[in-house]
Amino acid sequence: MKIDWAAIGSVFGVSLVVTVGLVTLFTLGIAGLSRRESASTRGESAVAATVGASACFALCAAAVAYGISLIVA
Amino acid sequence: MESFSLILAIVVITALAFDFTNGFHDTANAMATTISTGALKPKVAVAMSAALNLVGAFLSVEVANTISKGLVDETGIRPEVIFAALVGAILWNLLTWLVGLPSSSSHALMGGLIGATVASAGFGAVHGDVLVTKVLLPAVAAPVVAGIAAMAATRLSYRVSRDAHGRAADKGHRAGQIASAGLVSLAHGTNDAQKTMGVITLALIAGGTLAPGSNPPTWVILSAGLAIALGTYIGGWRIIRTMGKGLTELQPQQGFAAQTSAATAILASSHLGFSLSTTHVVSGSVMGAGLGRKGGVVRWSTATRMLVAWVLTLPAAALVGAGAEAVTGLGDWGTALVALFLVASSAAIWKFSRREVVDHTNVNDEEPAGVVTAAIAAVSPPPAAPVTEELTASVPAQASPSTTDSATPASPSAAA
Repeated sequence: MKIDWAAIGSVFGVSLVVTVGLVTLFTLGIAGLSRRESASTRGESAVAATVGASACFALCAAAVAYGISLIVA
Repeated sequence: MESFSLILAIVVITALAFDFTNGFHDTANAMATTISTGALKPKVAVAMSAALNLVGAFLSVEVANTISKGLVDETGIRPEVIFAALVGAILWNLLTWLVGLPSSSSHALMGGLIGATVASAGFGAVHGDVLVTKVLLPAVAAPVVAGIAAMAATRLSYRVSRDAHGRAADKGHRAGQIASAGLVSLAHGTNDAQKTMGVITLALIAGGTLAPGSNPPTWVILSAGLAIALGTYIGGWRIIRTMGKGLTELQPQQGFAAQTSAATAILASSHLGFSLSTTHVVSGSVMGAGLGRKGGVVRWSTATRMLVAWVLTLPAAALVGAGAEAVTGLGDWGTALVALFLVASSAAIWKFSRREVVDHTNVNDEEPAGVVTAAIAAVSPPPAAPVTEELTASVPAQASPSTTDSATPASPSAAA
């Protein structure tokens, strides 16, 4: 019997890194949106926050698209 | 499809019935946290999950092929064996649903298959190393991997969003949770609908309708996809309640972290060649997310009951499968008897479940104290229940002189 420790290790590593990365990215996006919301209630604009949030969400969408391509393949 | 014998038809129907129980047993995996955090209305959540399961069923045949080509020797298998395996898997799924415990449908299926194969062809026909590396090891690894990832992600997420409040933050977390739950549903469709496809294909090969090594035909893919989607839509509300409310109290942010970690672990593992049980992954990630929030608690009593169910799944389904196989071995009337037994006990379990209905209206209620004690009481019977089933099943099969001695001589004679 041969236990494929390398496969288990890589599943563990990939899951950990990707999950933490994605959740952090998404939460940063949300923090950006929230900053924009509070800025607009004060009547200011928050271009940097908006751009940053969009970039975060775009990266998340790309990750989901990659996930779907993995399912399909 | 030309020579479609009666037994083959029965196997296909039973396989689809299993697929249906698999669907409603596993709705919780994708949607429990989405429902409990209020990101989606219960009915909308199950409808979305059902649709994605159906789509997922059409995406690949990879998993189906590992079932129909890997775990057991195709050559020694008769359709009756597969029928017996499915009986074991269905009964275990219904029993765990009745007590509201999420257990792995794939383990139930594998357990049934192994039990029935051993009863029919002896221990030699089961690939033991495949069992350990592809089934047991992932079962231990899955909740740990997903749990740690979810815990770390939840911690970080709370730290990053310390000063993000208001409607934008709330809506954002919900949207993220829905997206990741959708991904889990899709992955579930490709994984679990395919397991049934694999079983039906295995039966068709065993019955001589398909050549060994064939891919599943289109009608098999279509019907398996529909059965799992229908089951998902009906919804296993009891299990959803346990997973969404029973294990821990989740906020949308934690739900998002849990679901993302689950989706990632499932995709990473199936891509890297050993598939993790969706149930184990999601349970682990829900607990991890529960622990990741400051002040979050995991109800370890529920977790322990769940763990007991996981450990029992394989042997319990195997015992029922073996007992059913012993009876079908008696001839056509034996097969009919097992079919009757399956229908009768399923009806009994359903009848029993009506005593205390859990559906989309009360799925988010706290578990009343009575249910917890009832569930504890009900968890202890499972080891006994399959055994009695097996005993009643095997007593007519062989008039064994003494019950203690019969176990040892029975296996060599079966292997010979």
